[in-house]
Amino acid sequence: MAAILLILLIVGGTAALSWPLGRYMRWAMDPLTLTGPAGRCDRWFRAVGGRLTHREQDWKQYCLSLLTFNVVTFTVSFAFLALQPWLPLNPDGRQEIEGSLIFNTVASFTTNTNLQHYSGEVSMSHLSQLCALMWQQFVSAATGIAALAAMARGLAGRATMGNFFVDLQRATFLVLLPLALVVAFLLVLGGVPMTLEGAARALTLEGAEQLIARGPVAAFVAIKQLGTNGGGFFGPNSTHPFENPGFFTNVVSTMAIIVIPMAAVWMFGRIVGRMRHATVLFAVMMALLLAKLGVALVWEAAPTQAFANLPIAQDVGNLEGKELRFGAAAGPVWAVMTTCTSNGSVNCMHDSLNPLTGLVPMVGMWLNATFGGVGVGLINMFIYIVLAVFVAGMMVGRTPEYLGRRVEVREVKLAVLAMFTHALLILGGTALFAASPWGAGTLNNTGAHGFSEILYEFSSAAANNGSGFEGLGDNTVPWNVATGLVMLLARFIPILLPLAIAGFLARKRATAPSVGTLGIDTVTFGVMLIATILFLGALTFFPAAALGPIAEHLQFMK
Amino acid sequence: MTRKPASLFAAELVRPAIADAFRKLHPRVMAKNPVMFVTLVGAVLTTAGIFTAGADWAFVLQLALWLWFTVLFANFAEAMAEGRGKAQANALRSARSETFARRLRDDGSEERVAATGLTKGDRVVVEAGQTIPADGDVIEGIASVDESAITGESAPVIRESGGDRCAVSGGTRVLSDRIVVQITMERGQGFLDRMIAMVEGARRQKTPNEVALTVLLAALTLIFLLVCVTLRPFGTFAGAEFSTPVLIALLVCLIPTTIGALLSAIGISGIDRLIQRNVMATSGRAVEAAGDVDVLLLDKTGTITLGNRMATAFVPAPGVSEEQLADTAQLASLADQTPEGRSIVVLAKQRFRLRGRDVAEPHATFVPFSAQSRMSGVDFGAPAAPVRCIRKGAAEAIAGFVAALGGRPDPQVLAAADSVSRSGGTPLVVADGGRMLGVVHLKDVVKGGIQQRFAHLRAVGIRTVMITGDNPLTAAAIAAEAGVDSFLAQATPEMKLQRIRDEQAQGRLVAMTGDGTNDAPALAQADVGVAMNTGTQAAREAGNMVDLDSNPTKLLDIVEIGKQLIMTRGSLTTFSMANDVAKYFAILPAMFAGVHATGAGPGPLAGLDVMDLHSPQSAILSAVVFNALIIIALIPLALRGVAYRPASAAVVLRRNLLLYGVGGVVAPFVGIKILDVLLTVLHLV
Repeated sequence: MAAILLILLIVGGTAALSWPLGRYMRWAMDPLTLTGPAGRCDRWFRAVGGRLTHREQDWKQYCLSLLTFNVVTFTVSFAFLALQPWLPLNPDGRQEIEGSLIFNTVASFTTNTNLQHYSGEVSMSHLSQLCALMWQQFVSAATGIAALAAMARGLAGRATMGNFFVDLQRATFLVLLPLALVVAFLLVLGGVPMTLEGAARALTLEGAEQLIARGPVAAFVAIKQLGTNGGGFFGPNSTHPFENPGFFTNVVSTMAIIVIPMAAVWMFGRIVGRMRHATVLFAVMMALLLAKLGVALVWEAAPTQAFANLPIAQDVGNLEGKELRFGAAAGPVWAVMTTCTSNGSVNCMHDSLNPLTGLVPMVGMWLNATFGGVGVGLINMFIYIVLAVFVAGMMVGRTPEYLGRRVEVREVKLAVLAMFTHALLILGGTALFAASPWGAGTLNNTGAHGFSEILYEFSSAAANNGSGFEGLGDNTVPWNVATGLVMLLARFIPILLPLAIAGFLARKRATAPSVGTLGIDTVTFGVMLIATILFLGALTFFPAAALGPIAEHLQFMK
Repeated sequence: MTRKPASLFAAELVRPAIADAFRKLHPRVMAKNPVMFVTLVGAVLTTAGIFTAGADWAFVLQLALWLWFTVLFANFAEAMAEGRGKAQANALRSARSETFARRLRDDGSEERVAATGLTKGDRVVVEAGQTIPADGDVIEGIASVDESAITGESAPVIRESGGDRCAVSGGTRVLSDRIVVQITMERGQGFLDRMIAMVEGARRQKTPNEVALTVLLAALTLIFLLVCVTLRPFGTFAGAEFSTPVLIALLVCLIPTTIGALLSAIGISGIDRLIQRNVMATSGRAVEAAGDVDVLLLDKTGTITLGNRMATAFVPAPGVSEEQLADTAQLASLADQTPEGRSIVVLAKQRFRLRGRDVAEPHATFVPFSAQSRMSGVDFGAPAAPVRCIRKGAAEAIAGFVAALGGRPDPQVLAAADSVSRSGGTPLVVADGGRMLGVVHLKDVVKGGIQQRFAHLRAVGIRTVMITGDNPLTAAAIAAEAGVDSFLAQATPEMKLQRIRDEQAQGRLVAMTGDGTNDAPALAQADVGVAMNTGTQAAREAGNMVDLDSNPTKLLDIVEIGKQLIMTRGSLTTFSMANDVAKYFAILPAMFAGVHATGAGPGPLAGLDVMDLHSPQSAILSAVVFNALIIIALIPLALRGVAYRPASAAVVLRRNLLLYGVGGVVAPFVGIKILDVLLTVLHLV
């Protein structure tokens, strides 16, 4: 009962907040007029951006700018981490970081993944946390929002897709920064530390001296949640009492995880001018989210396998790997939210979830479009939309069209390429590591659970999620290099292909709607979209799921 | 008339199709269809696997056989669809026998040349009993021509120089008279040749939508290939080894073989269905475009209304009985050979049993209609000084006539004439001498059932626009009666073209029919232009379809066929994908039965066997057999197309999703279970 109330509070409250935020994001990202405050900001952004921002871009130029910018941020962050011992703001004297770990970490933060093969409090100086990592948490999230705005403009049939460098500044300064300030303030109120001092020294009751790591945690956590980054200041992420001290911060954090992805749907609807369509998309995502929450809560209410035959009371659900201050329900709720949105922060140990609960986060990452990462979630959804529209359009007896523009060979080609990339990176990576000592040699578990750990790690990298199943010694050169590459490919291919599709669609002559055209704002289309998502997802990943969590579950049931 | 389709599985179609199914195994042919190519490779690998299978050889042999069947069934489906076209092509080809032509030299003398030697611009003489050597226009003379070779219609048609009935096709036969034809088409590109090529599918190119679907199917194949290939290392990790034949069986079951096998049959049969309705499309693309049409431009005459205006009522003047008016009107029309005149005679006969009288009465002189007088009628008595003059004609003309004879135009009759005009009809005022007797109401008669068809079109989102030369008042009345969405009155060819451009600029696809040379630009501009076979060569060249029956209403059928074609593709794609769920639940538990097994019993994943199949081998084999047989089972659906009922897109989508989506999930569960029982009973595994 309490769990249901928690869900209602978090999901309902966030959905309500997303409406005005979506309206605001449209105003900030796609100002209609150049007068008023948004216009003033725009002129300022163009002044700052200089020549880069003077020209409106088509999809190719937009993509080129996006890639170039990310190459630059990658390089800058790489430099900060590589030079860490010689740079200031290092009160605790953090040492050099191993090369492949730097590559993995920088790839991870550039791609909005925040897969962490390190522990922040052990490896990173304050400067590294702020200038290599937290900075990326802003601009990588802004990249996603900018890409979505550009795609929406293309689908709205505008002549150009906007200017990437202007969009980037709009997303950073008008959307992320103000929201991060609000959330950070709430977190500080909830007891999250915010300081640039080094670790605190404390004398314990036993008389021993203890070093307690701290730093600019509130700022870091705020953007980590809002930007669907997920990388924690501390290794244990939001299970750590300084990142997530109690119920209040837990609720604020959970809501922050999903609020921008939700608002992005409304922003999209407003830019393309089809709010009813946006409502259908929102409903589809919401249905998937609630289904996943329901499944996770039901399975997590069962006791852990370890207690199966022990004579103890089993009425609090599975508490293994949970923070006792949150209870058994807050863990799976967070786990679902964080994997639906490609956030990747955790407030419980996913490795310790019951097998079928553990499957739910994987499903979230395989589908990767239940609200999804900021901006990119809807971009991923667009791929499913193109495929659903294509098949459904044929079923009503017309050449398929989306928002009045025909979906033809080129669009289908790009969309299926994106689908294939996602499947290849997860299944291919898992196959490689499952069959070689690179993966098998780093496991702490054998059998189905060990397989789940490898599968989860690649799913997390390929979905740009960043959460870990853990139980995996993943700070090795093969893991760092492989997941680093997967993150980079899985980030940019699924952004560039949809932008290309939108660019091609924008050039086509729009057709007028009639009752004979496939309605994309109907319940039937919503059902078709859900079916497409589930079928493609299930057909691609069911065998892997069967060998992992499902096998583990059935083993337990026997 | 329509060409009678041979029954679906007639022996004379099936036998050559079976031979063709084997002939199409050539890798170069197979490579055009990525899904079936992968299946072929799978069949070859499985066949090789028989020799390394050891004790399981009988099982692998059966797998291999069914994989070969899958490929052959797909080829058979395509061969069946092609065979139906070929049968028609052969019939056409017999008309194209070698002929000689009588070519006219510049000085007017004739020379005898082979028909193959004719070039564009040559003039040839064709006389009764001779075959027209190539497509062209009649430039001299008039003749009746037997076009049954092309249209299947045995009644001869008239072809004459000038006007809109000057086009003749090579291979048709002149029955009477002598004409001079100017050749407009090289041999080999003529109408008959294109028809043959079309029905044979010789130059069949994949349509844009078909290419896009092929890409989607190829990508799904690639994804499932990835799924199956990665299962091997996954198995290694779990300590299980999955044999290659079993992995291939899984792959073939997962890839969309059903739609992959039937895709080209669907396309061919779409064109075939058009041909059965006597419509020739110049490309498959045109058929597809027909399904996308948003607006139909329809000529009023012949499409919406029966060709001519007909008398429908007599409105007598005060003091005149209706019968009296009818009698007089009939008298005035007895010698009138226009359809309007004849319809008056018929109406009078129907209403009052008034028989046609002897028209050769010695004292009667008939006054034919002329554009100046705008009336016609009959005079009795001596031609110089008639004793009785009866006239019928336009209200003003008759008013003048009556006044000239000293009578007074009856205002009530004129008012009645006015109200007939306003209702969209044409009033004919009848006068006997100086007295107006009343009004005959002439009306365009809207074709029976056309209103319903327009309602169907509206239901699927297609708007109809009536094109007419009538004044806006008349046009509005007929438009309202026929139920078209809008009309274009007093239309000229330029207005027609402009209307098409306007609709297209608003993002709509336009279809129209036309026959005259002045229709050619509009036919070319329209997305789907259906030319009438009776039309001019120019019109037939400009359109992308030709209706051999010259029945403009056919446009409605064409749209339905286009929609049905795409709908069939979408529905079978959905069905094919939905099938995969059951196949997973059949094959995966069988494959994974040994994974993590402890002791003698099966491993935990055997628990996924929700169908409770007999054994792993029977489960896998059942899935493969189902996968092959479903292709055969769906051939009739592919050839006939899915059931088409006019409804909005939302309704159609819901129905097809339920039928082919939900049905596609459920059907294989039932089918595989039945096959499993059968295979077990027959001790095949």
